[in-house]
Amino acid sequence: MRRWLPVPLLSAALFALWLVLNPPLSAPAVLVAVIVAVLVPVAAAPLRPVRARVRRPLVLARLILHVAIDILVSNAQVARGLLRRSPPSGAFVTIPLELSDASGLAALAIITTGVPGTVWVELARDRRFVRLHVYELDDADAFIRHYKERYEAPLREIFE
Amino acid sequence: MSGVPAWVEAVAAVLVVASGLAAVVSSLGFLRMATFFARMHPPALASSFAVWAAVLASIIYFSALERAPVLHAWVIPILLAITVPITTTLLARAAIFRRRREGADVPPPLGG
Amino acid sequence: MSPLLSLAIDVALACYALALAIALVRLLRGPAAEERILALDFMGIVAILVLLVVGIRYRSSMTFEAALLIALTGFVATAALAKFLLRGEVIE
Repeated sequence: MRRWLPVPLLSAALFALWLVLNPPLSAPAVLVAVIVAVLVPVAAAPLRPVRARVRRPLVLARLILHVAIDILVSNAQVARGLLRRSPPSGAFVTIPLELSDASGLAALAIITTGVPGTVWVELARDRRFVRLHVYELDDADAFIRHYKERYEAPLREIFE
Repeated sequence: MSGVPAWVEAVAAVLVVASGLAAVVSSLGFLRMATFFARMHPPALASSFAVWAAVLASIIYFSALERAPVLHAWVIPILLAITVPITTTLLARAAIFRRRREGADVPPPLGG
Repeated sequence: MSPLLSLAIDVALACYALALAIALVRLLRGPAAEERILALDFMGIVAILVLLVVGIRYRSSMTFEAALLIALTGFVATAALAKFLLRGEVIE
């Protein structure tokens, strides 16, 4: 198992991707998908120095659901802000971080920038602070608390 | 001759128009926002909601047309969900780096 | 294709054209290089949207392949341009 499928999640994703991109579903297509799903992670393993360990699938599923909801909600907020007479001017926020795992930080950066209204600008060299640019900021402390609770805490459970 | 139920076409029509409106609203950011960093937020509207709506319309329309699930369009929003944040963050870093070098009014580098 | 969907596609394409025009203004006016890159990246996303919707109109999945190509090359192009702004060299 460890030898032939070192990264099961990546293998599953490649298998699904291959079948979705190559309709119709047939036995040869499934065979090629299996070959791709087994060979690519093995060939790519030397390129990835740090191997992420994903735990707590339930926490992960809930985080994905939360992010999907947040993307929809903040889409509406950004649109409303744009149509207002005077659009918000935005502000920089510095957030102290406890998450230190490299994969977790990468996931946090993708989530932050993927949700409209927040952009990840820079991470301190010692990974203890991150600076975001926020589209519409009313209460910085409340934003920081919400951000840490909603995204950082589940990522710490998943990756640390 | 069409072979696509009327309600599928109606749902696809609503999704396609919603996607178009989202794209226009998001482009307004280029005109209305005051600073570069504020202008980085609105395009996310196009790359998330507008793309989702257009892809969903395409999936339900083609699935009804071929009477089998045609899912390949899903690859585009999944790909964009990974790549767009990376390019946006790279641009933000480049922008803040260049502004600091020019002495513009941006926060100093984070310590540590 | 029903007149309703046909009209909806026309409306959406007009919206995309307007969005492209607005982004083009920012692309041409700048002033900073990163503003132009942001506008170019946005135009790539709208091009993907145009291709998806045109695919429905002509009932062709070929445009999907083109949309996927734009998504991939747009990512590489924007990443390379941002890297260039950061250091002035693409390859170091």
